[in-house]
Amino acid sequence: MSLVSRYLEENGVPTVVMAAARDIVEHCGVARMLHVDFPLGSPCGEPFRVDQQREALELAFQLLETADNPRTTVQAPFKWSEGEEWKDLVFTAARPWKSGEDEQDWLRKKELYKSLKAEGKV
Amino acid sequence: MTYVRYIDKTREYYRSQGYDKPYKWAHFEEAPFTSVTKPLAKSRIALVSTGEVEVRDIELSEDENQMGNVGGVYSIPSSTPEDRLFSASHSYDKHATTLEDINAFFPAARLHEAVESGRIAGLTERFIGVYNAYSQRRTMERDAPEVLRRLREDGADIAVMVPV
Repeated sequence: MSLVSRYLEENGVPTVVMAAARDIVEHCGVARMLHVDFPLGSPCGEPFRVDQQREALELAFQLLETADNPRTTVQAPFKWSEGEEWKDLVFTAARPWKSGEDEQDWLRKKELYKSLKAEGKV
Repeated sequence: MTYVRYIDKTREYYRSQGYDKPYKWAHFEEAPFTSVTKPLAKSRIALVSTGEVEVRDIELSEDENQMGNVGGVYSIPSSTPEDRLFSASHSYDKHATTLEDINAFFPAARLHEAVESGRIAGLTERFIGVYNAYSQRRTMERDAPEVLRRLREDGADIAVMVPV
């Protein structure tokens, strides 16, 4: 996503990235990022919290209106309603990133990618 | 508590799973920047997502090789009612959150509200989906130019971009 954002900026389209994985986006470097410090999957506010989602989008709009330098990051002032425990647990054995069907699906796509690459299609 | 360092976390995690070659995340010193020159109230906004968002009962693929890991670009009519949008992505923290509310990662309904309130002028006819690709070259050489082409065709002034 960051790479596409950079390409658009290079070609005259302003962008704002709403992201949870702040380090990955900043490692790449984009023009503007609204950092929503929530689990991956909820970068635009908590599920079913319409007011918060509205506020997140408004913050992204304000960032478009105010940023005048690249790599401008603003953090949304939100707290995950169930506490911050998820931050310690993500990508641990207790909460494997992929398991069961998800893992099989990932492995299948990985193999497909390898075979397409071998055929020169990607 | 500070934010999660995913680059470090995933490196450790995949090492523990027996993968010894770490993924090399894209990295640049400089970042390009285009100034916003029009008021938002006069701007047309495009939504661009890597959330693998789909429309129920509609086959969106325009390229048989489009999917996670391989890359590809597709479109979703921005007028699609939100109850028909969904994502079957596995690339989220399923222990901590859910993809059951599309607007938590693909703020289509929130953008429509912003049009109704006059905060923005309008939305492009198409929202854009981009599949993640292992190959950063594929993203830069094929997918990003295709996103730009569709945005220009649709008269987008600004892109709101949402990874899942």
